[in-house]
Amino acid sequence: MPNRPEVSDDVVSGREPGAPVLRGQGAAVAAVALGGALGALARWGLGLAFPAPHGAFPTTTLLINVVGCLLMGVLVVHVAEVRTAHPIVRPFLGVGVLGGFTTFSTFAVDAQTLLATGHLGTALGYLAATVLGSVGGAWLGLVLARTTAGAR
Amino acid sequence: MTAVAGLWVALGAAIGAPTRYLVDRALQRTHGTSFPWGTFTVNVAASLVLGVVLGGAAPSAVVSAVGTGFCGGLSTWSTLGYETVRLAEAGERTHSVLNVLMSTFAGLGAASLGLLIGAGAFGP
Repeated sequence: MPNRPEVSDDVVSGREPGAPVLRGQGAAVAAVALGGALGALARWGLGLAFPAPHGAFPTTTLLINVVGCLLMGVLVVHVAEVRTAHPIVRPFLGVGVLGGFTTFSTFAVDAQTLLATGHLGTALGYLAATVLGSVGGAWLGLVLARTTAGAR
Repeated sequence: MTAVAGLWVALGAAIGAPTRYLVDRALQRTHGTSFPWGTFTVNVAASLVLGVVLGGAAPSAVVSAVGTGFCGGLSTWSTLGYETVRLAEAGERTHSVLNVLMSTFAGLGAASLGLLIGAGAFGP
């Protein structure tokens, strides 16, 4: 089995347990800030190009979150499992770009607003599609990347 | 103006994303469990704040900077989805299912509370 990180590690930022929170984090924080801004701009641009009308199914946010999860799965395999990338790559692309691209807050507020305005079917469909699509997307990304990288 | 709104989004996310990174580091260090409390915490907090922003009549610059930028950068689905799969792969099926369900229901509750606070405090 390849070099899989333990669950108790902060597998996304690559931190070893017990490490200091702030010390030595200047470069990583800057990379996360820059990556987060780029990811958020991409999400914002897609929202402008494909806006969801009031009460409609939030397709754009759903696809952003599913694609972001899939790319996260692929990324982790390529920076931590089949090879070891430069330590700044995971904070920049994983925590920054993909973290800034995907959004949980818009998902929660949109779903809550659909529920509160009587769009029950749309709300439940959106909740189920996001939860299953995001978790399934991350799983698919991991499996596809491991298969194509020959890790299994 | 669209270009100015983009600057607000970028600025908000440049603060929100590192905040998520540092909160996650701090919580994962103090809560030495396999449950991803860091991601859970930032997602629920961001849902609450976004609810307040969208529940009230916030100016569009605030919606861009705090809502789309900061809350979007603070919260994440990519890490939540990935950590959920990692827990399942490690055999922690109960934690895996709890992680995604607790996040979803707590996020909905926080968004609901935030919308109420926003409408009450900053409503038209």
